[in-house]
Amino acid sequence: MTPTRPQTEQEKFGRHRPLTDRDAHEINRIEELSYDLKVREVMAHNVITTSPEVPLASALELLRVNRISGLPVIEKGRLVGVVSLEDIVRALQKNELPLPVKNYMSTSLVTVKATDSVVEAIKTFSEKRLGRLLVVDENHNLTGIITKGDITRGILLAVQHDYKEEEVRRYRASHLFEDIVSDRTTLVLRYNIKAGDFTHGGNASSNIKRALLRLGADFQVARRCGIAAYEAEMNLIIHTTHGGILKLEVEPHKIILSTNDDGPGIDDVQKVLQPGYSTATDEVRAMGFGAGMGLVNINKCVDKMELESAHGKGTKLVMRIFISSETLNGKKATP
Amino acid sequence: MNLQTIIDQLQLTILTEPRDFTSITPQGGYASDLLSCVMAGAKNDNLWITLQAHLNIVAVASMLDVAAVIITENAQPDEATINKANEQGVILLSTHKFSYEICGILWEMNIR
Repeated sequence: MTPTRPQTEQEKFGRHRPLTDRDAHEINRIEELSYDLKVREVMAHNVITTSPEVPLASALELLRVNRISGLPVIEKGRLVGVVSLEDIVRALQKNELPLPVKNYMSTSLVTVKATDSVVEAIKTFSEKRLGRLLVVDENHNLTGIITKGDITRGILLAVQHDYKEEEVRRYRASHLFEDIVSDRTTLVLRYNIKAGDFTHGGNASSNIKRALLRLGADFQVARRCGIAAYEAEMNLIIHTTHGGILKLEVEPHKIILSTNDDGPGIDDVQKVLQPGYSTATDEVRAMGFGAGMGLVNINKCVDKMELESAHGKGTKLVMRIFISSETLNGKKATP
Repeated sequence: MNLQTIIDQLQLTILTEPRDFTSITPQGGYASDLLSCVMAGAKNDNLWITLQAHLNIVAVASMLDVAAVIITENAQPDEATINKANEQGVILLSTHKFSYEICGILWEMNIR
């Protein structure tokens, strides 16, 4: 590694990008990163430049001292060319090192934008077979320089960062039940669900699924709980007067999901359990809800479901999932 | 068959951020506009074909880890929906064709 090389943004600030559930479950996203990472995050910022009138011998000395292989050429603040080691070798063959840089520099400039994805730079590299690309801002001013090595380093750092972050989270969470000693440990998560809040519909259940994966639940268990939680969450949004609470209780061998609301309550509990029965309005149906399958789905996903309701009072739905000893006790989850 | 090939052959418009679609291999598909049916019927890595284009499809797609959502009949999701899909890693694709046609073509392409 070159000691003079300036830090990239990546090294200085790290990356903060939300991981999807799948990422959380299995981290394998080098290709995705090449789309996510921007050129400015991996490029070198403090670019060493030269000017057109400087003798090639001095340019060679700059390359040697800084251990680099190319120099952008700047004239009156404007980017006019690039001189590379190959150009200097050509000059050397003709004994023309005392001549100015402008005689040998290349003026067909290949640039990438600082805001481009790294994948754009990779494409340009493979098309043009160049060692370095000039990075410019929207006004075509030079802001950095990028090599294939910078890209490799940037991606490796990003992968390492993502991986570490998720590993640490998973590790901490999955040892919760081992680390805290009691006769019976229960982790309780509560989510307040607002009536009619379609904009946030599914957020709580998505968080529930993520939490279970981090706690070490296997993928199928997390998926079943996620689906049940989603249907229950949407029921609170669609059918209640004031919304309600969605609660997740996790113990090493069982998961209890429940919802509580204060109305309007269900007239006929048997009827709502029939597939296809729905009381949803036409408006809600137009969005694809109200298929009359919500509770039916929940029943399929969980091991035990209890529904209690009284018209004019409210509804309590309890869903239980029993899990084998292999998960949620600190042992590694199976994908 | 990878998702890039499917996008090319069906001439689908990519609504969410570009990424390497060649690394995604959809396994079969599921078509419905009723979200609860999708919850019950769609599997991991399925393509989900629907003409729903509102925000809530993202939660469903993300919960089920479907390979991608193909929105038919030119239904246009709003910006919030696309942003949320990007946030959650959900791929949204769009076409002017009917769901029926898309399913037919996919079936012929042996995405079953």
